[in-house]
Amino acid sequence: MSDLKRGGAAIIGAAESDLGVVADGYNVIDLMAQGIARAAEDAGIKVRDIDGIFCATTQSRTSGLNLAEYLGMSPKYIDSTIIGGSSFMFHVGHAMAALQLGLCDVAAIAYGSTQRSIGRQNASVREINPYETPYRPFLPSSAYALAASRHMHVYGTTREQMAAVAVAARQWALMNPKAWEKKPLTVEEVLGARMISYPFTVRDICLVTDGGGAIIMTTADRAKSLKKPPVYVLGQGEYISHANISSMPDLTVTGALPSGKQAYAMAGLAAKDIDVFELYDAFTINTILFLEDLGVCPKGEGGRFVDGGTIAPGGKLPVNTNGGGLSYCHPGMYGLFLLIEAVRQLRGECGERQVKGAETAIAHGNGGVLSSQSTVILGTAATL
Amino acid sequence: MPDTPQSPYAIYQSHLDKGELAYQWSPEAGKAVFYPRVVCPFSGSTNLEWRVASGLGTVYATTVTHPFQAGEPYNIALIDIDEGFRMMGRVEAIDPMAVKIGMRVKFRTHPATEKQPAYPVFTPVGG
Repeated sequence: MSDLKRGGAAIIGAAESDLGVVADGYNVIDLMAQGIARAAEDAGIKVRDIDGIFCATTQSRTSGLNLAEYLGMSPKYIDSTIIGGSSFMFHVGHAMAALQLGLCDVAAIAYGSTQRSIGRQNASVREINPYETPYRPFLPSSAYALAASRHMHVYGTTREQMAAVAVAARQWALMNPKAWEKKPLTVEEVLGARMISYPFTVRDICLVTDGGGAIIMTTADRAKSLKKPPVYVLGQGEYISHANISSMPDLTVTGALPSGKQAYAMAGLAAKDIDVFELYDAFTINTILFLEDLGVCPKGEGGRFVDGGTIAPGGKLPVNTNGGGLSYCHPGMYGLFLLIEAVRQLRGECGERQVKGAETAIAHGNGGVLSSQSTVILGTAATL
Repeated sequence: MPDTPQSPYAIYQSHLDKGELAYQWSPEAGKAVFYPRVVCPFSGSTNLEWRVASGLGTVYATTVTHPFQAGEPYNIALIDIDEGFRMMGRVEAIDPMAVKIGMRVKFRTHPATEKQPAYPVFTPVGG
């Protein structure tokens, strides 16, 4: 994606649908449409101005078709790439390309899930793999636990350090009125919670909630004249390394390394230039892996880096300021919510949890079992 | 009669049914290929030879998964087989928490049941 133009497109609207447990009878397309309507309102445009559809969900095989019908539109461009929770960061790159080529003018990227209401096993039907299924992995948890075991073995990362990730996320969540979790959390509580797949207790693992949302993108030119300050896409990178955990080349190094490099190169920025990091924390080890692979700290140092409140409110580096998938919400595929929070931080809309003077942000998406990675670097007009 | 009478999985399973751990060898890539497939992921070639592994390997990563309802916690591991491929497995005949990265293990088959064909599991070498 090296021909994407830095700052050539901008996010002009961002909104969640209802979150947590949605009212009876809502389906995933309702939630996508609700997110789109709210994001359009946020952007100061009409839903009917949208002519490009980007979406993904595990609960509708042809979600793009269903969403287009629901909105009464024949989109000029449609893309329902689904590669797990990072799908929406891939969509940002694809939408940017479509906008740059004039294939559409206003792109909506949408998500919806009712996994808490209908049960995870119904929302994301288990696929049989004869080379893994006989061992009864509790997926995705067991796969990420294998990665954690490797990081602990090679770098001496501890369960306490991973718990520090969950505690920091909870502290941020307590400042987010939309967060699912409302009570403080300690390292001891994380370690003492119900064991799921060693080394992870239930507190090392993301929430299971309903939810959805949307962001709206357009060209930099169009974005200027709208209601709110545009949030520009300065860089985007993506990388796919495997699908199943048994095929991951090195369990301590993720595709965030190449996807981050691409995004930094496009943006002309380095890790030290980024004010806010929104990293896909489906599991506590993820935050550690992505801090390393995105160049915030050296490989192997992530556990020691997060220890002692570095990424908590008031710490050296603001990470997962909405409370993350661990404490804010995690409706199955979480990537879109990282983008929403990054946009809000760059607009200065985050109230108590606002990172003062934030001009640049990373929203890094992860999908599958560390399988698909995509890094989006966003910036205010001052960064152009 | 289909063009190719047996799928890669069926060939793999027929070896397991005889107590053998089979894998593929790609002459073009000079590498072992696992899981079995039709196209070599390293070279793109469809020329893949079948070989039988010694069954010896080393634990690369390990976890212990706790069932939600009834049942004992069980091991899930990734095993690096000596012939140069990695696979998922379970290390048995040992406390699942005692399975350690770097431990040497040996393949055996978990017997077939009505619902589940025979599949590879592992035990500690010398244990």
